[in-house]
Amino acid sequence: GQLYRNKLTSVVYFLRTVLAVAGEDFAIVASDTRLSEGYSIHSRDSPKCYKLTDTTVIGCSGFHGDCLTLTKIIDARLKMYKHSNNKTMTSGAIAAMLSTILYSRRFFPYYVYNIIGGLDEEGKGAVYSFDPVGSYQRDTYKAGGSASAMLQPLLDNQIGFKNMEGVEHVPLTKDKAVQLVKDVFISAAERDVYTGDALRVCVITKEGINEETIPLRKD
Amino acid sequence: MAIFDVSGYKKYCELREQILPAGLTHLVDRTNHYNFGTKTQEFAVPPGVDPSGFLKSCNHDGGVCIEMNHGTTTLAFKFKHGVIVAVDSRASAGNYLASKDANKVIEINSYLLGTMSGSAADCQHWERLLAKECRLYRLRNNHRISVAAASKLLSNMMLGYRGMGLSMGSMICGWDKQGPGLYYVDDNGTRLSGRMFSTGCGNSYAYGVVDSGYREDMTVEEAYELGRRGITHATHRDAYSGGVVNMYHMREDGWIKVCKDDVSELIHRYRKGIASLISV
Repeated sequence: GQLYRNKLTSVVYFLRTVLAVAGEDFAIVASDTRLSEGYSIHSRDSPKCYKLTDTTVIGCSGFHGDCLTLTKIIDARLKMYKHSNNKTMTSGAIAAMLSTILYSRRFFPYYVYNIIGGLDEEGKGAVYSFDPVGSYQRDTYKAGGSASAMLQPLLDNQIGFKNMEGVEHVPLTKDKAVQLVKDVFISAAERDVYTGDALRVCVITKEGINEETIPLRKD
Repeated sequence: MAIFDVSGYKKYCELREQILPAGLTHLVDRTNHYNFGTKTQEFAVPPGVDPSGFLKSCNHDGGVCIEMNHGTTTLAFKFKHGVIVAVDSRASAGNYLASKDANKVIEINSYLLGTMSGSAADCQHWERLLAKECRLYRLRNNHRISVAAASKLLSNMMLGYRGMGLSMGSMICGWDKQGPGLYYVDDNGTRLSGRMFSTGCGNSYAYGVVDSGYREDMTVEEAYELGRRGITHATHRDAYSGGVVNMYHMREDGWIKVCKDDVSELIHRYRKGIASLISV
């Protein structure tokens, strides 16, 4: 009999929303905690920000199984690097490594949309966004996942000052950025069915990673 | 063993040979696939099915949709004072714009540039690999690699994976002992040397503009303006191109980054120029 299916129809995908913002000396990675499949919600408390090192957090959206495997592989590679080189991987190095890990599955991809947030070697905030097969670039802010098309334009306007004329480009402070992230997720929860329940925000500064949970709409 | 015969149990390697012909069994993902590919590059392949067919089936309605970043306009031309390379900066994943400021020129080294069009991941990966090979060549042979050889390396990499669904259209530009060099390399293994190329879905618009304004003995400023116009008019008419024009100039002593201009401002400027001409 036919042992293997030809199509990827057996893959079930769990969507969610992930967002990252980089500032002058901080980075924020936030995700909602709803795990849904089709019309059902599997869990209301399943956050998607994984702490990789003291200065880097990754947010993964897409197929949950691939997210878990990918984070396990990244953890293993981080340990291998630490043991061979006697230092922790920097955010930029983790991003380049993740690109090669994802590309090694170019013909059988991980269905995961990744966003890495962290501090670079100079202590400045960095956000790296990926596509499922490994192309990546450094950004100042990025939204990924089911509500990304709703959030990205809002971030373009508020953080990138796009489509606004005669506005002073004030650099983002940490508190303003955290408030913006909360507001933006509240809007996403209003209009996207897969986003809601609670928001987990990880703020990365040179003092460490601070996590906060804020409730969102549960419907 | 007798119990295997009775129960019909087959060893994993026998099962693999049933699914794939003998020559391809090494491609199948084994059960302990956490090799990480740190020492040699390994690619995981879906078992039992040809890879390009598998990815195509992924993008049907009903199947999972894996969108990868695509779509662009890039152009490059040789003239008396070197090579001009101009690219747009839009990265689209299906109908969604994944990025408005993607970097589509990879700086392989200070005298070699590669452009990217097609699938962003394919271009980034293979051109990074090309950068590694060029560096190794320089260290082993004590002289820089020629543009012809660098483009040959890239086209051979593409030929190795021909038919597997890679999508890459790239121009390798540089300055070596033979002078300025420009090669077009794509995912079929095509490798062409030429005076001017444009790739991506906006290439026909860029060709029209650059063909009408090109002269071998242009000044440097005229060449910059031609490159800018080519990309701007292409982004104006092609939905999948846009953002900013990133322009590089390859000179005898290496490349320089010329400008990073927003296309909406440029098109406004050009239209004003056209409008004033008509009113006179």
